[in-house]
Amino acid sequence: MRSCLVVDDSKVIRRVARRILEELDFTIEEAVDGKDALTQCEREMPDVVLLDWNMPVMDGLEFLKAIRSMSNVRQPIVVFCTTENDMSHIRTAMEAGADEYIMKPFDREIIEAKFAQVGLM
Amino acid sequence: MKPQDFEFLSKLLKRRSGLMLNPDKVYLLESRLTPLARRMGMEGLDALVEELRRTGSETLTRDVTEAMTTNESFFFRDRTPFDLFRDQVLPALKKRRAATRKIRIWCAACSTGQEPYSLAFIFKEQEFQWRDWTIEIIGTDLSRSVLDKARSGLYSQFEVQRGLPIKLLMKYFNQDGDVWELSEEIRKMVTFREFNLLDSFAPLGKFDVVYCRNVLIYFDQATKTNVLERVREVMPSDGTLFLGAAETVLGITDRFRPVRGQRGMYLPSDATDEVMAAVVA
Repeated sequence: MRSCLVVDDSKVIRRVARRILEELDFTIEEAVDGKDALTQCEREMPDVVLLDWNMPVMDGLEFLKAIRSMSNVRQPIVVFCTTENDMSHIRTAMEAGADEYIMKPFDREIIEAKFAQVGLM
Repeated sequence: MKPQDFEFLSKLLKRRSGLMLNPDKVYLLESRLTPLARRMGMEGLDALVEELRRTGSETLTRDVTEAMTTNESFFFRDRTPFDLFRDQVLPALKKRRAATRKIRIWCAACSTGQEPYSLAFIFKEQEFQWRDWTIEIIGTDLSRSVLDKARSGLYSQFEVQRGLPIKLLMKYFNQDGDVWELSEEIRKMVTFREFNLLDSFAPLGKFDVVYCRNVLIYFDQATKTNVLERVREVMPSDGTLFLGAAETVLGITDRFRPVRGQRGMYLPSDATDEVMAAVVA
């Protein structure tokens, strides 16, 4: 089973994402912001990170940059999942090393399609 | 709904579009046609049927048929038929059509255009390979409204996320709020045309590849056979047919045979071993 770290400051979003991803056979960990996520990744690197953008303490983009600058680790696949839905945000995220990008609101089909695109299904 | 009204509508739909409606689909008729009746200023479904019976109106018949067709579509739906096209079918066709440098593809029942546009993306992404080739992608559907949408190239945020890789979205779409507009360079690669699969295919010409996905499931056995056998007639013996995930040729026609290991892909039964060998898993 593959592991997914769901990073979002909204408990509701984390719960919805967890339900969808568990049905798709992922084991789930949750983080409430970028810093929390980074700590968890340092302990154990997940296969994929589903990443919100706007969060307190450390936002998604800062987390992504921090992860991508880590050497000697197995880099996870990172899928952004955010309400930021304009081309400049998408471009910024992809240039910083995101693998895919989901614009909220999302549903099961979107998660499934995006995860398939990055070779997770 | 009165049984005789159901019978009237289901016969009309079968005749017009091949669509088969069993009596357990009464709810479908009611849920799709009641809004149509209201839009036309009628009380409800009873009045709509009465109007159809009385006038036999061509416009109304068309509206009813369009309302009853299912138009769900995604970019790169089910992935495999597009991966196979890019990795197996195209390289083989590139060799076999080297003399004419011409490839024609038909997306039958293309709905809102995501299927033909997905094929256009594949060609565009390997543009340099096809520079002096004539590539024709034709999308047909019996519904005018879905074709209007297909031609417009306008898709919602939901639609552009179902199956479309973000890199293609960034490259080939312009954003206007929640609406994403497909770029002109992709739109001009596809020709859309109103067409009923029950009509003669002769005016469409010949095709190297035919996508006929998720439409046969709505037809009865005889209509499925009839459509597939006529598809065979519009392609050369080295053509390729793609059907939907829930569809097959088995038990329907022996004019096509499945390609071992390649889900949804079929070749004419008289395809040579060489043609089969180029695509078999």
